[in-house]
Amino acid sequence: MRYLDEFRDPELAARLFADIARATTREWAIMEVCGGQTHAIIRNGIDQLLPPAIELIHGPGCPVCVTPLAVIDKALAIAGMPDVVFCSFGDMLRVPGSEHDLFQVRSHGGDVRVVYSPLDAVRIAEDNPGKQVVFFAIGFETTAPANAMAVFQARQRGLTNFSLLVSHVLVPPAMEAIMSSSNGSSNGSRTSRVDGFLAAGHVCSVMGSWQYEPLVERYGVPIVVTGFEPLDVLEGIRRVVIQLEAGTATLENAYPRVVQAAGNIPAQAMINDVFEVCDRTWRGIGEIAGSGWRLNERYRAFDAEERFDVAAIDSPESTRCRSGEVLQGLITPHECEAFGRECTPRTPLGATMVSSEGACAAYYQYRRLDATGVELRGRGG
Amino acid sequence: MCLAVPGKVLDIHDDRGTRMATVDFGGVRKEICLAYVPEVEVGDYTIVHVGFAISRLDEASALETLQMFRDLGVDLDEEMTDQSPDGSTGTAP
Ligand code: SF4
Repeated sequence: MRYLDEFRDPELAARLFADIARATTREWAIMEVCGGQTHAIIRNGIDQLLPPAIELIHGPGCPVCVTPLAVIDKALAIAGMPDVVFCSFGDMLRVPGSEHDLFQVRSHGGDVRVVYSPLDAVRIAEDNPGKQVVFFAIGFETTAPANAMAVFQARQRGLTNFSLLVSHVLVPPAMEAIMSSSNGSSNGSRTSRVDGFLAAGHVCSVMGSWQYEPLVERYGVPIVVTGFEPLDVLEGIRRVVIQLEAGTATLENAYPRVVQAAGNIPAQAMINDVFEVCDRTWRGIGEIAGSGWRLNERYRAFDAEERFDVAAIDSPESTRCRSGEVLQGLITPHECEAFGRECTPRTPLGATMVSSEGACAAYYQYRRLDATGVELRGRGG
Repeated sequence: MCLAVPGKVLDIHDDRGTRMATVDFGGVRKEICLAYVPEVEVGDYTIVHVGFAISRLDEASALETLQMFRDLGVDLDEEMTDQSPDGSTGTAP
Protein backbone atom coordinates (compact mmCIF):
# COMPACT_ATOMS: atom_id res chain seq x y z
CA MET A 1 0.00 0.00 0.00
CA ARG A 2 2.68 2.45 -0.98
CA TYR A 3 0.46 5.36 -1.94
CA LEU A 4 -1.75 5.36 1.11
CA ASP A 5 0.29 7.99 2.87
CA GLU A 6 -0.61 10.40 0.09
CA PHE A 7 -4.24 10.46 1.13
CA ARG A 8 -5.32 13.34 3.35
CA ASP A 9 -6.43 10.79 5.95
CA PRO A 10 -4.43 7.61 5.29
CA GLU A 11 -6.27 5.69 8.03
CA LEU A 12 -9.67 6.45 6.57
CA ALA A 13 -8.36 5.58 3.11
CA ALA A 14 -7.04 2.25 4.38
CA ARG A 15 -10.42 1.51 5.98
CA LEU A 16 -12.28 2.33 2.77
CA PHE A 17 -9.97 0.13 0.69
CA ALA A 18 -10.39 -2.70 3.19
CA ASP A 19 -14.20 -2.31 3.12
CA ILE A 20 -14.22 -2.43 -0.65
CA ALA A 21 -11.94 -5.49 -0.72
CA ARG A 22 -14.12 -7.30 1.82
CA ALA A 23 -17.32 -6.52 -0.07
CA THR A 24 -16.02 -7.55 -3.50
CA THR A 25 -16.83 -11.11 -4.55
CA ARG A 26 -16.80 -10.78 -8.34
CA GLU A 27 -15.75 -8.56 -11.22
CA TRP A 28 -17.29 -5.11 -11.57
CA ALA A 29 -16.65 -2.28 -14.00
CA ILE A 30 -17.31 1.19 -12.61
CA MET A 31 -17.16 4.33 -14.73
CA GLU A 32 -16.18 7.68 -13.27
CA VAL A 33 -17.77 10.17 -15.62
CA CYS A 34 -15.74 13.18 -14.63
CA GLY A 35 -12.20 13.99 -15.73
CA GLY A 36 -11.42 15.52 -12.34
CA GLN A 37 -12.19 12.19 -10.75
CA THR A 38 -10.07 10.40 -13.36
CA HIS A 39 -7.22 12.66 -12.41
CA ALA A 40 -7.63 11.92 -8.67
CA ILE A 41 -7.80 8.18 -9.38
CA ILE A 42 -4.67 8.04 -11.51
CA ARG A 43 -2.70 10.44 -9.38
CA ASN A 44 -3.38 8.59 -6.14
CA GLY A 45 -3.15 5.16 -7.71
CA ILE A 46 -6.67 4.34 -6.51
CA ASP A 47 -7.16 1.93 -9.41
CA GLN A 48 -3.99 0.07 -8.41
CA LEU A 49 -4.94 -0.17 -4.74
CA LEU A 50 -8.41 -1.57 -5.42
CA PRO A 51 -9.03 -5.31 -5.64
CA PRO A 52 -8.10 -6.49 -9.16
CA ALA A 53 -11.73 -7.54 -9.69
CA ILE A 54 -12.73 -3.88 -9.78
CA GLU A 55 -12.05 -2.11 -13.03
CA LEU A 56 -12.35 1.64 -13.26
CA ILE A 57 -13.39 2.88 -16.68
CA HIS A 58 -12.64 6.51 -17.47
CA GLY A 59 -15.58 8.40 -18.91
CA PRO A 60 -16.01 11.33 -21.28
CA GLY A 61 -16.21 14.03 -18.59
CA CYS A 62 -13.66 16.48 -19.90
CA PRO A 63 -15.26 19.39 -21.77
CA VAL A 64 -11.99 20.38 -23.40
CA CYS A 65 -11.55 16.83 -24.71
CA VAL A 66 -15.00 16.42 -26.22
CA THR A 67 -15.22 19.78 -28.00
CA PRO A 68 -15.36 18.72 -31.65
CA LEU A 69 -12.58 19.51 -34.08
CA ALA A 70 -14.99 21.51 -36.25
CA VAL A 71 -15.73 23.83 -33.32
CA ILE A 72 -12.01 24.30 -32.63
CA ASP A 73 -11.55 25.15 -36.30
CA LYS A 74 -14.40 27.68 -36.07
CA ALA A 75 -12.69 29.21 -33.04
CA LEU A 76 -9.42 29.41 -34.95
CA ALA A 77 -11.13 31.02 -37.95
CA ILE A 78 -12.82 33.66 -35.80
CA ALA A 79 -9.75 34.33 -33.64
CA GLY A 80 -7.70 35.03 -36.75
CA MET A 81 -10.08 37.71 -38.04
CA PRO A 82 -9.15 41.40 -37.77
CA ASP A 83 -10.69 43.47 -34.96
CA VAL A 84 -11.68 40.37 -33.02
CA VAL A 85 -10.72 39.74 -29.39
CA PHE A 86 -11.10 36.01 -28.80
CA CYS A 87 -11.48 35.10 -25.11
CA SER A 88 -11.14 31.57 -23.78
CA PHE A 89 -10.37 29.50 -20.73
CA GLY A 90 -6.66 28.69 -20.72
CA ASP A 91 -7.07 24.96 -21.39
CA MET A 92 -8.38 25.53 -24.90
CA LEU A 93 -5.31 27.33 -26.23
CA ARG A 94 -3.27 24.24 -26.99
CA VAL A 95 -6.07 22.01 -28.23
CA PRO A 96 -5.08 21.10 -31.75
CA GLY A 97 -7.37 22.12 -34.58
CA SER A 98 -6.99 20.70 -38.08
CA GLU A 99 -3.94 22.82 -38.77
CA HIS A 100 -2.96 24.83 -35.72
CA ASP A 101 -4.13 25.94 -32.26
CA LEU A 102 -5.23 29.18 -30.58
CA PHE A 103 -1.76 29.64 -29.15
CA GLN A 104 -0.36 29.79 -32.67
CA VAL A 105 -3.08 32.20 -33.76
CA ARG A 106 -1.92 34.43 -30.94
CA SER A 107 1.74 34.19 -31.87
CA HIS A 108 0.76 35.20 -35.40
CA GLY A 109 -0.78 38.40 -34.11
CA GLY A 110 -4.32 37.28 -33.24
CA ASP A 111 -5.81 38.90 -30.14
CA VAL A 112 -6.45 35.75 -28.10
CA ARG A 113 -6.94 36.32 -24.39
CA VAL A 114 -7.19 33.88 -21.51
CA VAL A 115 -9.88 34.84 -19.01
CA TYR A 116 -10.77 33.39 -15.63
CA SER A 117 -14.49 34.13 -15.85
CA PRO A 118 -16.86 34.71 -18.79
CA LEU A 119 -17.74 38.02 -17.12
CA ASP A 120 -14.16 39.15 -17.80
CA ALA A 121 -14.97 38.81 -21.49
CA VAL A 122 -18.08 40.97 -21.08
CA ARG A 123 -15.92 43.63 -19.44
CA ILE A 124 -13.44 43.47 -22.31
CA ALA A 125 -16.34 44.03 -24.73
CA GLU A 126 -17.48 47.09 -22.76
CA ASP A 127 -13.95 48.48 -22.71
CA ASN A 128 -13.39 47.88 -26.45
CA PRO A 129 -16.46 49.11 -28.32
CA GLY A 130 -14.52 49.11 -31.58
CA LYS A 131 -13.74 45.38 -31.37
CA GLN A 132 -15.84 42.25 -31.64
CA VAL A 133 -15.31 40.23 -28.46
CA VAL A 134 -16.02 36.50 -28.67
CA PHE A 135 -16.08 34.14 -25.72
CA PHE A 136 -15.48 30.42 -26.26
CA ALA A 137 -18.35 28.99 -24.20
CA ILE A 138 -17.50 25.36 -23.64
CA GLY A 139 -18.21 23.19 -20.66
CA PHE A 140 -20.61 20.90 -18.90
CA GLU A 141 -23.60 21.90 -16.79
CA THR A 142 -21.28 23.32 -14.12
CA THR A 143 -20.00 26.05 -16.43
CA ALA A 144 -23.33 26.85 -18.11
CA PRO A 145 -24.66 29.25 -15.43
CA ALA A 146 -21.53 31.38 -15.81
CA ASN A 147 -21.70 31.45 -19.60
CA ALA A 148 -25.46 32.13 -19.49
CA MET A 149 -24.92 35.09 -17.15
CA ALA A 150 -22.32 36.54 -19.52
CA VAL A 151 -24.71 36.66 -22.47
CA PHE A 152 -27.59 37.77 -20.20
CA GLN A 153 -25.54 40.75 -19.03
CA ALA A 154 -24.36 41.54 -22.55
CA ARG A 155 -27.97 41.69 -23.73
CA GLN A 156 -29.06 43.70 -20.71
CA ARG A 157 -26.29 46.22 -21.33
CA GLY A 158 -27.07 46.47 -25.02
CA LEU A 159 -23.66 45.23 -26.13
CA THR A 160 -23.59 44.60 -29.86
CA ASN A 161 -19.91 43.62 -29.93
CA PHE A 162 -20.14 40.52 -27.74
CA SER A 163 -20.93 36.96 -28.78
CA LEU A 164 -20.46 33.37 -27.66
CA LEU A 165 -19.07 30.43 -29.59
CA VAL A 166 -21.10 27.78 -27.80
CA SER A 167 -20.19 24.12 -27.47
CA HIS A 168 -21.98 23.10 -24.30
CA VAL A 169 -22.38 19.42 -23.47
CA LEU A 170 -24.64 17.57 -21.06
CA VAL A 171 -23.71 14.61 -18.90
CA PRO A 172 -26.89 12.49 -18.62
CA PRO A 173 -27.35 12.00 -22.40
CA ALA A 174 -23.69 10.94 -22.65
CA MET A 175 -24.19 8.37 -19.90
CA GLU A 176 -27.30 7.19 -21.68
CA ALA A 177 -25.30 6.84 -24.89
CA ILE A 178 -22.67 4.79 -23.09
CA MET A 179 -25.28 2.52 -21.52
CA SER A 180 -27.08 1.92 -24.78
CA SER A 181 -23.96 1.46 -26.90
CA SER A 182 -23.26 -1.98 -28.23
CA ASN A 183 -19.58 -1.88 -27.30
CA GLY A 184 -18.22 -4.36 -24.80
CA SER A 185 -19.69 -7.52 -23.43
CA SER A 186 -23.33 -8.14 -22.74
CA ASN A 187 -24.50 -7.84 -19.17
CA GLY A 188 -28.12 -8.78 -18.54
CA SER A 189 -30.49 -6.55 -20.45
CA ARG A 190 -27.76 -4.00 -20.97
CA THR A 191 -25.20 -3.98 -23.73
CA SER A 192 -22.65 -1.70 -22.06
CA ARG A 193 -20.00 -3.21 -19.86
CA VAL A 194 -20.39 -0.45 -17.26
CA ASP A 195 -21.95 -1.89 -14.08
CA GLY A 196 -22.13 1.31 -12.07
CA PHE A 197 -21.35 5.02 -12.25
CA LEU A 198 -19.77 7.72 -10.16
CA ALA A 199 -21.65 10.89 -11.13
CA ALA A 200 -19.83 14.22 -11.11
CA GLY A 201 -20.61 16.21 -7.98
CA HIS A 202 -20.29 19.72 -9.35
CA VAL A 203 -22.53 19.02 -12.33
CA CYS A 204 -25.09 17.81 -9.79
CA SER A 205 -24.63 20.86 -7.59
CA VAL A 206 -26.04 22.89 -10.47
CA MET A 207 -28.55 20.49 -12.04
CA GLY A 208 -29.48 18.37 -9.02
CA SER A 209 -29.09 14.65 -8.61
CA TRP A 210 -32.67 13.86 -9.68
CA GLN A 211 -31.53 13.95 -13.32
CA TYR A 212 -29.99 10.50 -12.90
CA GLU A 213 -33.09 8.72 -11.60
CA PRO A 214 -34.27 7.76 -15.12
CA LEU A 215 -30.88 6.19 -15.90
CA VAL A 216 -30.94 4.16 -12.70
CA GLU A 217 -34.40 2.90 -13.53
CA ARG A 218 -33.93 2.26 -17.22
CA TYR A 219 -30.60 0.45 -17.00
CA GLY A 220 -30.64 -0.89 -13.46
CA VAL A 221 -27.25 0.67 -12.69
CA PRO A 222 -26.28 2.13 -9.34
CA ILE A 223 -25.23 5.77 -9.63
CA VAL A 224 -23.45 7.49 -6.76
CA VAL A 225 -22.96 11.26 -6.82
CA THR A 226 -19.35 11.76 -5.82
CA GLY A 227 -16.91 14.57 -5.10
CA PHE A 228 -13.37 15.02 -6.38
CA GLU A 229 -11.07 14.49 -3.48
CA PRO A 230 -9.44 11.06 -3.48
CA LEU A 231 -11.40 10.08 -0.35
CA ASP A 232 -14.67 11.20 -1.96
CA VAL A 233 -13.91 9.05 -4.99
CA LEU A 234 -13.08 6.09 -2.79
CA GLU A 235 -16.28 6.48 -0.80
CA GLY A 236 -18.22 6.65 -4.07
CA ILE A 237 -16.61 3.41 -5.28
CA ARG A 238 -17.36 1.74 -1.94
CA ARG A 239 -21.04 2.63 -2.20
CA VAL A 240 -21.30 1.44 -5.82
CA VAL A 241 -19.64 -1.88 -4.95
CA ILE A 242 -21.92 -2.44 -1.96
CA GLN A 243 -24.95 -1.86 -4.17
CA LEU A 244 -23.65 -4.10 -6.94
CA GLU A 245 -22.91 -6.93 -4.52
CA ALA A 246 -26.35 -6.57 -2.96
CA GLY A 247 -27.98 -6.55 -6.39
CA THR A 248 -29.57 -3.14 -5.86
CA ALA A 249 -29.55 -0.12 -8.13
CA THR A 250 -30.37 3.22 -6.60
CA LEU A 251 -29.23 6.80 -6.83
CA GLU A 252 -27.12 7.80 -3.82
CA ASN A 253 -25.64 11.14 -2.91
CA ALA A 254 -22.19 10.71 -1.37
CA TYR A 255 -21.44 14.44 -1.70
CA PRO A 256 -24.22 16.03 0.38
CA ARG A 257 -21.95 18.81 1.62
CA VAL A 258 -22.23 20.34 -1.86
CA VAL A 259 -25.06 18.62 -3.75
CA GLN A 260 -28.78 18.94 -3.10
CA ALA A 261 -31.36 16.80 -4.89
CA ALA A 262 -32.95 19.81 -6.57
CA GLY A 263 -29.66 21.46 -7.52
CA ASN A 264 -29.18 25.19 -7.79
CA ILE A 265 -32.58 26.64 -8.76
CA PRO A 266 -31.48 30.22 -9.63
CA ALA A 267 -28.72 28.82 -11.85
CA GLN A 268 -31.15 26.49 -13.61
CA ALA A 269 -33.53 29.43 -14.18
CA MET A 270 -30.76 31.41 -15.88
CA ILE A 271 -29.76 28.41 -18.02
CA ASN A 272 -33.38 27.96 -19.11
CA ASP A 273 -33.65 31.63 -19.95
CA VAL A 274 -30.64 31.55 -22.28
CA PHE A 275 -30.12 28.05 -23.64
CA GLU A 276 -32.13 25.32 -25.33
CA VAL A 277 -31.31 21.65 -25.75
CA CYS A 278 -29.75 20.61 -29.08
CA ASP A 279 -27.99 17.62 -30.60
CA ARG A 280 -24.24 17.84 -30.15
CA THR A 281 -21.24 16.11 -31.67
CA TRP A 282 -18.63 14.90 -29.15
CA ARG A 283 -15.06 14.78 -30.38
CA GLY A 284 -14.09 11.21 -31.14
CA ILE A 285 -17.51 9.87 -30.15
CA GLY A 286 -19.92 11.37 -32.65
CA GLU A 287 -23.34 12.94 -32.39
CA ILE A 288 -25.42 12.29 -29.28
CA ALA A 289 -29.06 13.36 -29.48
CA GLY A 290 -30.10 16.07 -27.04
CA SER A 291 -26.63 16.20 -25.49
CA GLY A 292 -25.92 19.92 -25.73
CA TRP A 293 -27.15 23.42 -25.18
CA ARG A 294 -27.17 26.27 -27.67
CA LEU A 295 -28.41 29.84 -27.39
CA ASN A 296 -32.19 29.97 -27.73
CA GLU A 297 -34.13 32.16 -30.15
CA ARG A 298 -34.03 35.23 -27.89
CA TYR A 299 -30.24 35.14 -27.65
CA ARG A 300 -29.46 33.87 -31.16
CA ALA A 301 -28.11 37.31 -32.10
CA PHE A 302 -25.22 36.60 -29.73
CA ASP A 303 -24.22 33.40 -31.52
CA ALA A 304 -20.70 33.81 -32.91
CA GLU A 305 -21.23 31.07 -35.51
CA GLU A 306 -23.87 33.22 -37.20
CA ARG A 307 -22.20 36.56 -36.63
CA PHE A 308 -18.96 35.42 -38.25
CA ASP A 309 -20.49 33.05 -40.76
CA VAL A 310 -18.44 30.01 -39.74
CA ALA A 311 -21.36 27.61 -39.26
CA ALA A 312 -20.43 25.73 -42.41
CA ILE A 313 -16.93 24.74 -41.23
CA ASP A 314 -16.84 20.98 -40.87
CA SER A 315 -13.61 19.10 -40.21
CA PRO A 316 -12.86 15.40 -40.46
CA GLU A 317 -11.22 14.00 -37.35
CA SER A 318 -7.71 12.58 -37.37
CA THR A 319 -7.48 8.83 -37.74
CA ARG A 320 -4.25 8.68 -35.67
CA CYS A 321 -5.79 9.79 -32.42
CA ARG A 322 -7.89 7.22 -30.58
CA SER A 323 -9.30 9.66 -28.03
CA GLY A 324 -12.84 8.65 -28.94
CA GLU A 325 -12.16 5.14 -27.70
CA VAL A 326 -10.37 6.52 -24.64
CA LEU A 327 -13.34 8.78 -23.86
CA GLN A 328 -15.75 5.88 -24.02
CA GLY A 329 -13.58 3.72 -21.81
CA LEU A 330 -12.91 1.23 -24.62
CA ILE A 331 -9.12 1.52 -24.40
CA THR A 332 -6.73 3.02 -21.87
CA PRO A 333 -4.35 5.69 -23.16
CA HIS A 334 -1.46 3.21 -23.09
CA GLU A 335 -3.12 1.18 -25.77
CA CYS A 336 -2.85 4.07 -28.21
CA GLU A 337 0.26 3.65 -30.34
CA ALA A 338 1.03 7.35 -30.30
CA PHE A 339 0.90 7.66 -26.49
CA GLY A 340 4.13 9.14 -25.13
CA ARG A 341 5.74 8.88 -28.55
CA GLU A 342 4.35 11.28 -31.16
CA CYS A 343 1.70 12.36 -28.69
CA THR A 344 2.75 14.17 -25.50
CA PRO A 345 1.32 17.22 -23.68
CA ARG A 346 3.80 19.39 -25.61
CA THR A 347 2.92 17.85 -28.97
CA PRO A 348 -0.64 16.63 -28.45
CA LEU A 349 -2.41 14.79 -31.23
CA GLY A 350 -5.70 14.83 -29.37
CA ALA A 351 -7.45 16.97 -26.79
CA THR A 352 -7.33 14.20 -24.18
CA MET A 353 -3.57 14.82 -24.05
CA VAL A 354 -3.95 18.60 -23.67
CA SER A 355 -6.33 19.07 -20.80
CA SER A 356 -5.21 17.84 -17.40
CA GLU A 357 -8.76 16.50 -17.11
CA GLY A 358 -8.07 14.29 -20.09
CA ALA A 359 -7.25 10.65 -19.44
CA CYS A 360 -4.24 10.67 -21.78
CA ALA A 361 -2.71 13.61 -19.93
CA ALA A 362 -3.35 11.99 -16.54
CA TYR A 363 -1.68 8.78 -17.69
CA TYR A 364 1.18 10.75 -19.19
CA GLN A 365 1.72 12.67 -15.97
CA TYR A 366 1.49 9.74 -13.58
CA ARG A 367 1.76 6.50 -15.57
CA ARG A 368 4.06 7.29 -18.44
CA LEU A 369 6.55 4.72 -17.26
CA ASP A 370 4.07 1.81 -17.33
CA ALA A 371 4.16 1.85 -21.08
CA THR A 372 7.89 1.28 -21.13
CA GLY A 373 7.85 -1.31 -18.36
CA VAL A 374 9.85 0.80 -15.92
CA GLU A 375 8.74 0.61 -12.31
CA LEU A 376 5.84 2.80 -11.26
CA ARG A 377 6.17 5.86 -9.17
CA GLY A 378 3.39 7.49 -7.18
CA ARG A 379 4.19 11.03 -8.18
CA GLY A 380 4.63 11.57 -11.85
CA GLY A 381 6.42 14.46 -13.19
CA MET B 1 -10.99 24.82 -16.50
CA CYS B 2 -13.47 22.94 -14.41
CA LEU B 3 -11.78 23.30 -11.08
CA ALA B 4 -14.27 24.40 -8.43
CA VAL B 5 -12.53 25.86 -5.42
CA PRO B 6 -13.96 26.83 -2.03
CA GLY B 7 -13.40 30.36 -0.83
CA LYS B 8 -14.51 32.72 1.94
CA VAL B 9 -16.78 35.67 1.22
CA LEU B 10 -15.09 38.85 2.50
CA ASP B 11 -17.54 41.51 1.35
CA ILE B 12 -20.62 41.75 -0.83
CA HIS B 13 -21.42 44.54 -3.26
CA ASP B 14 -23.73 45.32 -6.13
CA ASP B 15 -22.53 45.72 -9.71
CA ARG B 16 -25.37 47.14 -11.82
CA GLY B 17 -27.93 44.84 -10.29
CA THR B 18 -25.73 41.72 -9.99
CA ARG B 19 -24.70 40.53 -6.52
CA MET B 20 -20.90 40.30 -6.46
CA ALA B 21 -18.38 39.53 -3.72
CA THR B 22 -14.70 39.60 -2.94
CA VAL B 23 -13.79 36.00 -2.17
CA ASP B 24 -10.59 34.80 -0.55
CA PHE B 25 -9.10 31.51 -1.74
CA GLY B 26 -6.41 30.77 0.78
CA GLY B 27 -4.72 34.11 0.14
CA VAL B 28 -5.76 34.78 -3.47
CA ARG B 29 -8.65 37.27 -3.77
CA LYS B 30 -11.06 37.44 -6.68
CA GLU B 31 -14.26 39.22 -7.57
CA ILE B 32 -16.93 36.53 -7.73
CA CYS B 33 -20.57 36.55 -8.86
CA LEU B 34 -23.04 35.56 -6.12
CA ALA B 35 -26.18 35.69 -8.29
CA TYR B 36 -26.78 31.95 -7.88
CA VAL B 37 -26.29 31.73 -4.12
CA PRO B 38 -28.66 34.33 -2.65
CA GLU B 39 -28.35 32.67 0.76
CA VAL B 40 -24.60 33.27 1.05
CA GLU B 41 -23.54 36.04 3.43
CA VAL B 42 -20.25 37.68 4.41
CA GLY B 43 -18.09 35.14 6.28
CA ASP B 44 -19.65 32.12 4.53
CA TYR B 45 -17.72 29.65 2.42
CA THR B 46 -18.82 28.87 -1.10
CA ILE B 47 -17.68 26.68 -3.99
CA VAL B 48 -16.58 28.81 -6.92
CA HIS B 49 -16.29 27.79 -10.55
CA VAL B 50 -15.09 30.17 -13.32
CA GLY B 51 -15.94 33.23 -11.26
CA PHE B 52 -19.33 32.06 -10.02
CA ALA B 53 -20.36 30.76 -6.62
CA ILE B 54 -22.41 27.63 -7.25
CA SER B 55 -22.96 26.20 -3.77
CA ARG B 56 -22.60 27.05 -0.10
CA LEU B 57 -20.13 24.98 1.89
CA ASP B 58 -19.50 24.61 5.61
CA GLU B 59 -16.21 25.97 6.88
CA ALA B 60 -14.63 22.65 7.89
CA SER B 61 -15.20 21.09 4.45
CA ALA B 62 -13.96 24.23 2.76
CA LEU B 63 -10.71 24.33 4.70
CA GLU B 64 -10.13 20.62 4.12
CA THR B 65 -10.61 21.04 0.39
CA LEU B 66 -8.28 24.02 0.18
CA GLN B 67 -5.65 22.03 2.05
CA MET B 68 -6.13 19.17 -0.40
CA PHE B 69 -5.47 21.47 -3.36
CA ARG B 70 -2.28 22.60 -1.66
CA ASP B 71 -1.27 19.00 -1.02
CA LEU B 72 -1.93 18.17 -4.65
CA GLY B 73 0.33 21.02 -5.64
CA VAL B 74 -2.43 22.97 -7.41
CA ASP B 75 -1.24 26.55 -7.79
CA LEU B 76 -4.36 28.44 -6.70
CA ASP B 77 -2.92 31.73 -7.82
CA GLU B 78 -2.40 30.41 -11.32
CA GLU B 79 -5.74 28.66 -11.33
CA MET B 80 -7.51 31.83 -10.35
CA THR B 81 -5.96 33.92 -13.05
CA ASP B 82 -6.02 31.03 -15.50
CA GLN B 83 -2.94 32.38 -17.21
CA SER B 84 -1.26 29.09 -17.91
CA PRO B 85 -1.17 28.75 -21.69
CA ASP B 86 -1.04 24.98 -21.51
CA GLY B 87 -3.81 24.77 -18.92
CA SER B 88 -1.65 22.74 -16.63
CA THR B 89 -4.10 22.53 -13.74
CA GLY B 90 -7.73 21.67 -13.50
CA THR B 91 -10.39 19.24 -12.46
CA ALA B 92 -13.54 18.53 -14.34
CA PRO B 93 -17.25 19.12 -14.11
S1 SF4 C 1 -2.38 9.31 -26.63
FE1 SF4 C 1 -2.66 11.10 -27.97
S2 SF4 C 1 -3.15 10.22 -29.98
FE2 SF4 C 1 -3.47 8.59 -28.47
S3 SF4 C 1 -5.65 8.76 -27.91
FE3 SF4 C 1 -4.51 9.99 -26.43
S4 SF4 C 1 -4.57 12.08 -27.30
FE4 SF4 C 1 -5.10 10.67 -28.97
